[in-house]
Amino acid sequence: MNRAKLGTVAVHAGLICGAIIVLFPFAWIALAAFKTQISLLMGQVAFTPTLANFDEVLFSGTSDYLANYRNSLVIATSSTLIVLAVATLAAYSIERLEWPRWVVHVFLLGAAVFNAVPAITLVGPWYVVSRALGLYNTYPAVILAHATLNLPIGIWLMATFMREVPRELEEAAWIDGCGTLQTLVRVVLPVVMPGIAATAILVFIHSWNEFVVALNLTARQTATVPVAIAKYAQENETKYGAMAAGAVLSTLPSLVLLFFAQRAIVRGLTAGAIR
Amino acid sequence: MTTRNAARYWTLAPALVLFGAVALLPIGELVAMSVSHVDWVQGQAHWRFVGMGQYARVLGDALFRTGAANTLVFAVGGVVVQMLLGFALALLTTRVARTRVIYRTIFILPILVPGIVIGAMWKLMYNFDFGVLNQILALFGVHPVDWLGNTATALAAVIAVDVWHWTPFVFLLMLAGLESLPQDVYEAARVDGATFVQELRYVTLPLMLPAILVTLLFRIIVGVKVFDEIYLLTGGGPGTSTEVVSYTIFRRFFTEGQTGYGSAMSVVVLFALALLFIAARTATRQRGTPA
Repeated sequence: MNRAKLGTVAVHAGLICGAIIVLFPFAWIALAAFKTQISLLMGQVAFTPTLANFDEVLFSGTSDYLANYRNSLVIATSSTLIVLAVATLAAYSIERLEWPRWVVHVFLLGAAVFNAVPAITLVGPWYVVSRALGLYNTYPAVILAHATLNLPIGIWLMATFMREVPRELEEAAWIDGCGTLQTLVRVVLPVVMPGIAATAILVFIHSWNEFVVALNLTARQTATVPVAIAKYAQENETKYGAMAAGAVLSTLPSLVLLFFAQRAIVRGLTAGAIR
Repeated sequence: MTTRNAARYWTLAPALVLFGAVALLPIGELVAMSVSHVDWVQGQAHWRFVGMGQYARVLGDALFRTGAANTLVFAVGGVVVQMLLGFALALLTTRVARTRVIYRTIFILPILVPGIVIGAMWKLMYNFDFGVLNQILALFGVHPVDWLGNTATALAAVIAVDVWHWTPFVFLLMLAGLESLPQDVYEAARVDGATFVQELRYVTLPLMLPAILVTLLFRIIVGVKVFDEIYLLTGGGPGTSTEVVSYTIFRRFFTEGQTGYGSAMSVVVLFALALLFIAARTATRQRGTPA
């Protein structure tokens, strides 16, 4: 009896410790965002909250943060739409259209190997080619790079979700004379909708968070949110308050998604790895 | 049936075109650049063939070697700690019922945040003058530590950030794995009077082995790619104590403008990691999943 009770206490103590360690840095940077630079540099724990950092990040003439936010939204949304379209078709193709097994193996292995390689190794040629084609510092360059980087995970997830669709559904559609596209759109897609949502959210977050490609393929006009935050941290004298405010604002999309679509996020994160 | 055959091709074509145009062609370009000297004149690249010499330089590059060694320490060291902590946290979480969703929500937060933001958080906390870690140490009368500016602590400090960032991912996959384990095996073990440790050793771990191996491989891949946190926290310093390969490539290619040489380094890293990945996957496939 007593030992069981002790065990329960230990479990809760462990979990609460874990939760504090996870939440503390979030709380700390959120607090920092409301501090003046002076109170930050003095390490004050008690302080009068100010919105000056948010004001500077969002509305000062020297800050492009709102434009960066728009750039991130455009790039993440576009690359997510491309991944969804291309990955859904490819996943349907390899799962249901009776390719020889070796084709499926080679294709999936190629995608997995590409996924295992650091993006920085490809950023060099992307930079050189996008300069040559006049695509440097344009949306298409980053969108295409992000779409391709996320394509393996997109295909992987969509294939996992499509495997769960009963074949009988499709066969019924075939017999009724539906073509491939009709079968996919009318029969398969409605069933895998939760899977598509999970894939979309995950790819969107990946693109929103991505830094090294955005750093090297964008300049002032197309820079994304992570690039902007890094700039605050890298300037001669680190603008800690602005950096913190920018960082806090950058987490909003993910927090909203976590709040409204946690099941889809968990599904997306676990589906590829655990069967 | 013929429409289905045609559909097979056009449904796969967009993915092949994208991979071909944005992955394979650039890799070809990368290989071409790696045997060239590339000069930039007014934004135009001028190429001159120089042969394999740049590859020899890569292998002799002291910064590259340090970067490779640090990357290995960073990836393996960080991932081992993450696996242990993540697994322990998942085990704890399976012991609670009503609060499980709340803990899961909290624990997965760091996975969703940009690496740059994680860097920003810890840049504030590690700061020598006003960082909260030194403030806490001061309460106990301990002298402040320059966590990121000291060669003795810098690498451990960035590994700690990675552990904070990615333990939640291990936790989530382990929790999903634990939740999907068959319960009757545990009942049988309990009937046989197995202790907690015996249950863990003879029931949980063997059943979880495939999930553990997949998570391990997954995490090591992402660990080897590390760039964002290093860029924000240390820039590879102090000295070369937190230099990692991604950062060395970035430095050589972009900061120093050594297009050809940076390409040769990229090719080495790209193919080495591709081969390592295929080897690791073959090994885990054979031991892990039954099929």
